[in-house]
Amino acid sequence: MNKKPIISFPHLGDYHIPIKFLLGHLTSYEVIEAPPITKKTIELGTKHSPDFVCVPFKYNLGNFIETLDAGANILIQAGGGCRYGYYPEVQEKILKDLGYNFELLTLGENGHVYLKHIYKMMKRINPKTNIFKSSYYGIMTILMVRFMDEIDKIIRKNIGFEKEKGSFTTLKKEMLDDFSSCKNIHSLIGAYHKYKKEFLMLPIDKPDNCLKVGIIGELYTSMEPFSSYFLERELASMNIEIKRFTNVTYLLFQKRLREKKMLKYIKDYCKYTLGADGMDNVYRTKYLIDNDYDGIIHIKPFGCTPEIGAIPIIKRVCDEGKIPIIYFSFDSQTSEIGIKTRLEAFYDMLKIKKGR
Amino acid sequence: MNAYLGVDIGSISTKGVVIDEENNILASDYIWTKGNPIDAVKRLMNSLKDQVDNDRVKIIGIGTTGSARKLIGSMLNATVVKNEITAHAIGTLSLYPDVRTIFEIGGQDSKIILIEDGIVTDYAMNTLCAAGTGAFLSSQAERLGVAVEDFGKIALTSQKPTKIAARCTVFAESDLVHKAQMGYKKEDIIAGLCNSVVSNYLNNVGKGKKIYSPIIFQGGVSKNVGVKKAFENEVGTEVIVDKNGHLMGALGVAILSKNATNKTNFDFSMADEEFETKGVECNGCSNHCEIICVSKNHQMIDSWGNRCSKGDLINKKKSHY
Repeated sequence: MNKKPIISFPHLGDYHIPIKFLLGHLTSYEVIEAPPITKKTIELGTKHSPDFVCVPFKYNLGNFIETLDAGANILIQAGGGCRYGYYPEVQEKILKDLGYNFELLTLGENGHVYLKHIYKMMKRINPKTNIFKSSYYGIMTILMVRFMDEIDKIIRKNIGFEKEKGSFTTLKKEMLDDFSSCKNIHSLIGAYHKYKKEFLMLPIDKPDNCLKVGIIGELYTSMEPFSSYFLERELASMNIEIKRFTNVTYLLFQKRLREKKMLKYIKDYCKYTLGADGMDNVYRTKYLIDNDYDGIIHIKPFGCTPEIGAIPIIKRVCDEGKIPIIYFSFDSQTSEIGIKTRLEAFYDMLKIKKGR
Repeated sequence: MNAYLGVDIGSISTKGVVIDEENNILASDYIWTKGNPIDAVKRLMNSLKDQVDNDRVKIIGIGTTGSARKLIGSMLNATVVKNEITAHAIGTLSLYPDVRTIFEIGGQDSKIILIEDGIVTDYAMNTLCAAGTGAFLSSQAERLGVAVEDFGKIALTSQKPTKIAARCTVFAESDLVHKAQMGYKKEDIIAGLCNSVVSNYLNNVGKGKKIYSPIIFQGGVSKNVGVKKAFENEVGTEVIVDKNGHLMGALGVAILSKNATNKTNFDFSMADEEFETKGVECNGCSNHCEIICVSKNHQMIDSWGNRCSKGDLINKKKSHY
């Protein structure tokens, strides 16, 4: 490539911050973020995607097109244990057919993300990488992701009850800015503890018997708020405490370690894993029932095969545990009003039930 | 006497009731929306105004529901704006306290509501498909040259209903054309269509739900005796259709406005005022949110549709949860 290399990657919630941080420290190349997801992103993605592909593919493709237009020429894509595993190849083909000139690098193979593979990839885009520096920033990024996920847990618990509207969102933005400007692990840990304290001190007005709802389902729609029409924000505005399991920390580290334990917990329902997060969601359903949650919201992209496989099992667990559940399937054409109506009815149902 | 107004405004029809403190219906009407909810509500208000004794009856609570609930709520300055699922459940429960299942098929959507001990335990609304809704039935009635009001009666005369693909509107329609050209009798095709609406409903909306009786069937399509009969054949028990079944949503939201704490003072004067809606595209970012502005006598009273605070035109009223 004779042009100046510029690296870019698709969006996933707030994780563009640690990804950019890591890439920024590992290569001497320029790193740019894809423009934030908007309606235009998904329109572009939908236009050039197969109609029946799951919706994260369309979002990712839209991100790629927008970032290529902004000048990027090296793209990074991950991959996972379902259709996600085919994303890089298919997207590369579509974009090349559209006439873009770029190189696409993947973070893993056979549906798994390996650190070794990432290092190999880094070596390719920056031969001067040294393993100690890479490891240091790798660890720092992992810590950053972990801290973000921990803080998010606190936020989800309390944001529905904030006394001053927007206080959590403002503080989070401040925290993310601080995190990305940290120079070393020491200052990152310091910043984490400082913000954790601040988040816990934000004034809230939370009743003891507030409604508690768990969000389970496919990973992209769980982690990218745009793709679920800001479901969590909507729930927070109804004064609901939210529990969500899926985050990057979970996917990278906890998932594989907990698999056996989870299968044992749900041995009455599942004997083996269902692909992607299918089995995990059966486990979560049972967990939410056993921990006295009021309701469950299951979200997935339209046509998500692992989740479709898990739904009948989840239904049975919910029937036996007598917990209300609703299912949402998201696609680029989903009616936002329809989702709001169902969500409102769900809220009414939980509230009347709890009032009894 | 204090009274409460409930308006249920759907895609096809607009329903309104005025009730007293004991939930007795003082006035009610059922008119076509004709794609113009603002005009429909004005016509509805004029009709309700003529039915009630304006000197004696004082409306102090207003509720709106249905797909245009927000727009109409803002026009009427409603005290309660509620989704149609909750409204239907509340309305039906006020008349049938021991109901277990509500089938509802309306103009553009259909839902099932399951109730246990007087509270909603589960519900579903059709998500992807318009097959088996009122709009589909009326378009097919037109194709067959039958008034939609007579559809049910004709279906009952059939001895041998034809099988019609129920999976999807497009398949059902082409199947219907095909069967007609093959020479099947009209009443058999109509009865087949009623059956296909029912099996589509039970396979999509009612999928995986345990249906217990008593079952109430409501919404515009419940007026079709052919569909009612098809439901009874399919579930094997009696299906109740109330004579006020079409008003349940309006009744429910009127009851909700009675129970709400905030009160208002309403005379029917809004029918003479001028309302206008305008779509404005926000250019704050590439989302291009389309913001709907509602104005009353050329003064803006409400707006919605924006995703962030950038497009906030006026401070929104607190939503009514």
